This record gives sequence, structure tokens and C-alpha cells, in this order.
Amino acid sequence: MKLRFTSIALLASSMMLAFSASAASSDQGIVVYNAQHENLVKSWVDGFTKDTGIKVTLRNGGDSELGNQLVQEGNASPADVFLTENSPAMVLVDNAKLFAPLNASTLAQVEPQYRPEHGRWTGIAARSTVFVYNPAKLSEAQLPKSLLDLAKPEWKGRWAASPSGADFQAIVSALLELKGEEATREWLKAMKTNFTAYKGNSTVMKTVNAGQIDSGVIYHYYPFVDGAKTGENSKNVKLHYFKHQDPGAFVSTSGAGVLASSKHPQQAQEFVQWITGKQGQEILRTHNAFEYAVGVGAASNSKLVPLNDLEAPKVEPSKLNSKKVVELMTEAGLL
Amino acid sequence: MSNISINAAPVLPSGSVARRYQQRPGLWMVVSAVLLSLLALLPLGFVIGVAIDTGWQTVKTLVFRPRVGELLLNTLLLVIFTLPTCALLGVALAWLTERTRLQGRRIWSILAIAPLAVPAFVQSYAWISLVPGMHGLGAGVFISVIAYFPFIYLPVSAVLRRLDPGIEDVATSLGKRPLAVFFRVILPQLKLAIWGGSLLIALHLLAEYGLYAMIRFDTFTTAIFDQFQSTFNGPAANMLAGVLVLCCLGLLVVEAASRGRARYARVGSGSARSQNPYPLSPAIGLLCQLLPITLTALASGVPFITLARWLYLGGFAVWDNSDLWPAVRQTLTLAASGAVIITLCAIPMAWLSVRYPARLYRVLEGCNYVTSSLPGIVVALALVTITIHSFRPIYQTEMTLLLAYLLMFMPRALINLRAGIAQAPVELENVARSLGRTPFQALCSTTLRLAAPGAAAGAALVFLAITNELTATLLLAPNGTRTLATGFWALTSEIDYVAAAPYALIMVLLSLPLTWLLYSQSKRTAGL
Repeated sequence: MKLRFTSIALLASSMMLAFSASAASSDQGIVVYNAQHENLVKSWVDGFTKDTGIKVTLRNGGDSELGNQLVQEGNASPADVFLTENSPAMVLVDNAKLFAPLNASTLAQVEPQYRPEHGRWTGIAARSTVFVYNPAKLSEAQLPKSLLDLAKPEWKGRWAASPSGADFQAIVSALLELKGEEATREWLKAMKTNFTAYKGNSTVMKTVNAGQIDSGVIYHYYPFVDGAKTGENSKNVKLHYFKHQDPGAFVSTSGAGVLASSKHPQQAQEFVQWITGKQGQEILRTHNAFEYAVGVGAASNSKLVPLNDLEAPKVEPSKLNSKKVVELMTEAGLL
Repeated sequence: MSNISINAAPVLPSGSVARRYQQRPGLWMVVSAVLLSLLALLPLGFVIGVAIDTGWQTVKTLVFRPRVGELLLNTLLLVIFTLPTCALLGVALAWLTERTRLQGRRIWSILAIAPLAVPAFVQSYAWISLVPGMHGLGAGVFISVIAYFPFIYLPVSAVLRRLDPGIEDVATSLGKRPLAVFFRVILPQLKLAIWGGSLLIALHLLAEYGLYAMIRFDTFTTAIFDQFQSTFNGPAANMLAGVLVLCCLGLLVVEAASRGRARYARVGSGSARSQNPYPLSPAIGLLCQLLPITLTALASGVPFITLARWLYLGGFAVWDNSDLWPAVRQTLTLAASGAVIITLCAIPMAWLSVRYPARLYRVLEGCNYVTSSLPGIVVALALVTITIHSFRPIYQTEMTLLLAYLLMFMPRALINLRAGIAQAPVELENVARSLGRTPFQALCSTTLRLAAPGAAAGAALVFLAITNELTATLLLAPNGTRTLATGFWALTSEIDYVAAAPYALIMVLLSLPLTWLLYSQSKRTAGL
């Protein structure tokens, strides 16, 4: 028996050892804090590892969650690269002075309007805000002209969104940048009365599709992604683009940056170079992610409405303020 | 170890325990028990510390706002509607399966606890696949009831089985009708079981994330998670955690205060005669079948059918998922090492509380129970904040995750281990000591050996808990680690219900043997 007890103790301590060993070993390659769609990033990682032999370990989470985590971790962060779906989290990390400048050759690959001028992070993909609706519930004539219309009393109980997601918070940050704090606060207050909260844009679309609510504010790619699978959750929905430089026509830039504290700066730079380069951007066109490519001369999936036809408002991505947005949304009782 | 306590002057306080076992506990035992209990206070200390750090003004604006009121109301309504329903169903079903001649009552009693093998968030997933529109309070109460009623059924049926029918006979002979006998004699004796089960359910209601997130019912836990996703560990998340902790402590106090001091054991010579199951007329019997049939169909049938449907739709392709098998491996490694480590950590506390029932050790033991009643999200939030600022080497490592499991699941090992140690006669340990073994050797070669079945049961429960843990694992998992629960969650978040099905199935399959263990254990306490 004593033997058995000793063997249990041995087993336990060897497990602890194994754990600390696996934690200490650096065969994780580069660590990417990833808030982008896992599916898409996995294709990037596979291609990159195949080309360069550099291993990539992902930590998946949300934009703001990982952004705030990076800020708290500071210079001791295990992360080498940060990928987001939207810009505000990039701004957050950049404001904490945690990004290293990107290689000039990387920046040169990306259309200038999709990266900040300072070059400490870059756009890697783009996505457009849309109004998704169920044509059985809303006729085209009833569609809102502007995102701001959704604050009006007649929209009470008729639209959905996912306020806890970074996507919707990015849309609010654009609103804040375009219309100012007071207007945003008022709009959020009206939103709290009018809208129904769901967790995740996919769920918003699914609900609109099922006819349980008339409409929702999400990003453009959800119906396309679903259509490429079974289409079960999107066959009854239509997309309405606000256009006319409306806050609701906001095009959000997904970002990538290399952490200044990275222990593998060169590999990290190579990774960002790869995803913004020809192969990375080509995956955006062919992969079923349906996000817009932002590389110079890179084409997006042909099923999408061309990026230039969206008449997006001009918003400088590096000015989006996620902290203020969360404060305002918490104040409005949305979070 | 040998230098401890042999030469120490025996302390002889009054009391039979000291006379039976005239040694001071080994220093190492005491030190490790104290350290582990202090560790257990970490989350509570964190909540208090953060509140002080944040400052009263900010606390005020973050706590006293309409949103917190909304969440408080939601949580309160959830508890108010769920608990009585669970108690009603649990007691009714237990009575039918234990005290009547209901057809197939053995099978029904097994099926009644089968829902325990289905993680609550899988239950939610099953229902939302079937009825996509389910949401809000009604849905929350409904799914909570079918997921958690076994927590009342299990203890109540165990008590019912052991009740001495003599008392009922006396009541009947005094002219009470059967219904009055049930309410005046049987129900009062079930109070502790119902109360304990209700407390367990209430704590689950406060802590559960996945179940409610999926059906869009906002509770404190889901709101904390939303805040975490927006701000990592921002002050708003921490303050909500503070309010949630107060709710949990409140529940503990209410339960302890209302338990009462009534006596439940019989005195006098003789033993209880065996029970006489109540005969049911064919018509009534058929009517009574409706209850177990409905409950089983809702609580086990629906998950079974939806899972089967998604697996059928997915075919072989869903099993060819490059993430699935690593997730199985990582889950098993975490659960197995967690079970071993936590059981080992429980030894000092369990041993002390049985052999030296002094007030200090009771308080220490209490620390473990209080912490384990706190939701996983609070424990995780505390550990993230503490390790990121002060214990960087273990930040984002398996160690922190295992520490969270230790804080959350220690009592599961403790309770079983304690029962095992209590059954091992102290004399054996003394004899081993008199034959020249050191205290540690004596402990290992006698008591621990006899306590092994208890330890195994405790380890199994911990294993089960870790396998199905979602919330804390989402926050604390090291880079590149994904368990079955978190993998399932990531897929359902993208409404990829087909790809999520194998994860759910494996979790259920892993839980089944342990659910069986629970069942047979509850039989054993009844002396069957």
C-alpha cells in the first residue's frame, strides 16, 4: 500500500513537472493573441507554417478582452502578435506603447486607408456594417435610412444586436468618432429601450432568419459564411447597406501588430508580413471567411459588394476609443 | 517527518477524543492544512481588496445602477421559481420510486439522476436546437429545473429509503390520514435533504454561465462575463463579482440559519422495520407513471435526440476534426491530474478534522466550503488579477488553472475522504506507531489505506467536475489549451451545432460512469 501511495505521489509530482516543462519549453513557436475568426486564422497559420516552418500557438478571445489583457500583462506578455477583428483594441494596445514598428515592406503591401500612418499596426482585412432584415417582416420601403433612425420610437422591439461583442462596440466607436459623445450617449439610451440583446452576431442573424425579430445590426459576412455551409440560418434574410457616409456604413479594419516585448520579433514580423502579403490576402478571397482584402491590388471574394461601392464614412481607425465606448455602454445599461 | 510530535509532551485536555489519541497532529499536516485554507480565502480577499482599491465613489456608481438591479431581479426570480419546482418534482419522484409499488421504479430511479451526466450548457444547447426561440426567464427556469432537480431527488430518495415506518404507523394509529401523515411526519424528516439540495441548486443557478448565455437570460455571471470580454478584468466586472459573492454568502447564511436544531434520529432499542411500499391502483399507477416519463423525456430524452440528430447530420466528417482529439487528451490530462492533486491536498484537512475536531480546524475546513460556493467566474477573475500582477511565473499556466479547480472542487474530495477516514479506527494508526512507524508512515499504511474507497469516490467527483467545467477554464486556460467544454463553447458560439455535437457526446459519455457511481453510493448509504 505504501508503495501505491508513493506511486500516486510520484505520479502527481511527475505531472506537475511535465506541466512546468511544457510551460517553460519554447516549442510553442510564436504566440498569437487572436481575436479574429479562428477558422480564417487557422488557414493563415497553416499556410505560414508550411512556408516558413515557424510554429504558431493561438490564444483565442475577443478584441477587447485580449487587448486589455495585453495592457495588463505589459512588457512581460507572452504574446508576439496581436490580431483583431476591429481597430479599437489595436488603439488600446498602441496607446499603452506596446507595439513595435512594423517593417516598411509589410506596410507597403497594405492600402494606405486601411492602416494608421504611424505604422505600429496595420489593417489585415475589412468588414462592413450592415442592416440585416427579414423581408417577410420589413418591406424595402420601411428600411431605415440611417443607423441613427433605430433610436426612434417606431423601432422599439424591432431590432437586435450583440452589445457585448467587439464588433458592435466598434460600430459604436465609429458613431462616437463621427457624431460626438452627447449624440452617442443619447443614441445608446434609446437603443437600450428599443433593441433586443443577443450574444454574438451569428445569433442575431439566426433570430432574424427565424422571424423572431425584424432586423439586426451586424457585419456583412455572416450570411455569406452561413450560405457557404448549409444556409439554414440565413436563407430568409436580406442585407441593407446604409451607404451615404452614414455611421451605419462604417467599414471596420481588422488589425495586426507585433508586440515590442516579443521574444521572437523577427518571426513575428514575418507572420504579419505573410498575412498582409499576396498569399495571406488571397486566402481572404478564396477562404469562406468573406471578409474584404485590404492588400494593395488584392481582390476580395467576388460574391461581395465591392468595398469601394459601400460609401463608408471616413473614420481614422487609430482614433477609435474603445475605453470610452465601454464606459458609455455600461452607463446606458447595455453591459 | 519523524522528528515531529513523538517527543512532544502529550496535551491532555478533557474530552474523549484527546484520550483516545494522545498526540498532537504532525506539524506538516497542520501547516499544509492552514496554507491550503488560507489559499481558499484568496477569492474572497480579492473581492474585498478590489473594492477597497477602487474607492467608494467608483464602487457606488458601478454597483448602484439600474443594470445591477435588473440582474439582481433576474437572479432572484430565477431562484424563486426554480427551487420550489425542483423540490416539488424531486420529492414527488422520490416518493414514487421509494415508497410506492410504481411499475419499473428501479429503472425510473436510475433515469431520474441521468440528467446529472449532461452538463447544464449541453442541456441548453439541446433545447435551443429543438426550440430555437427559447429565451428569458421562463426558459431559464425550465432548463434549470430539468438540469438540477436530481440534486434534490438524490438526497431525498436516500432519506426516504431509510425512514423508520414506525413513526408513520404511530401517526396512522392516532387517526391521521395518509396525506396528513405525509405532511406531518414524512416531510419534516426530509427537511435537511430538501434544504441541502436547494442550497446546492441555488449556488449552481448563481454560478452557471453556459446555460443562461445560450438562451439569453442575463444573470450576474453572464454579465460579469460580458464585462470581462469588453474590459478583461475591469472595475465593473470586479464589482459585479463582489455583489455576486454577497449573494452566495447570503444563501449560505440563510441555509445555515433555517436548518434548525431538530432531531432526526430515533432513540430506543430495536431497529426500524422494513418499509412497506404503498400499493397503487392500476389507474393511479398509470397516472403516476406520467411524472417519471415526462421528466425523463424532457431531461434525458431531448438531449439524447438532439445530440443524435446533430451527429447523424454531421456523419463521419465531424469526427475528423483536428481539434477534437487534442481537446479530449487535454481534458483527460487536466481532469486526471486535478483529481489526483486535489485528493492529495484534501488529506491533511480531512485527517485533521476527523482526528482533531478542534474549533480551529472546523473554521479552516469551513474556508474551503465557502470558497467552493463561489462561482467559477469569481475564482477565475481573482486568479487572473492576482497572477498577472503578483505571481507572473504561474500566470497562464496549467498550475493556475489547477489552482482554480482546487479552490472550486476541494470539498468534493474532502467530504468523501473525511467519511473514509472516519471509518478507519484510530487504534490501527496507534498500533502502527507503537511498532515503530513514523506518524506519516503510520498514516499511509493504515488510515489512508482504509480510506482509499472514499478517496477514490472523491477523486471521481473532482474528475467529473473538471471535465465539465466551462467558465473558469475559459478565463484561465493556458495558451494553446482547449478542453472539451471550451471547444464545445467556441463552436456553439459560431452556431456550428453539428461540429459541437461530438464534444458534447464525449462529455456525456465521460460523465456516465461517475453518475452511476453517485447512484450506487446513494444506495450504499441506505444500507442496501
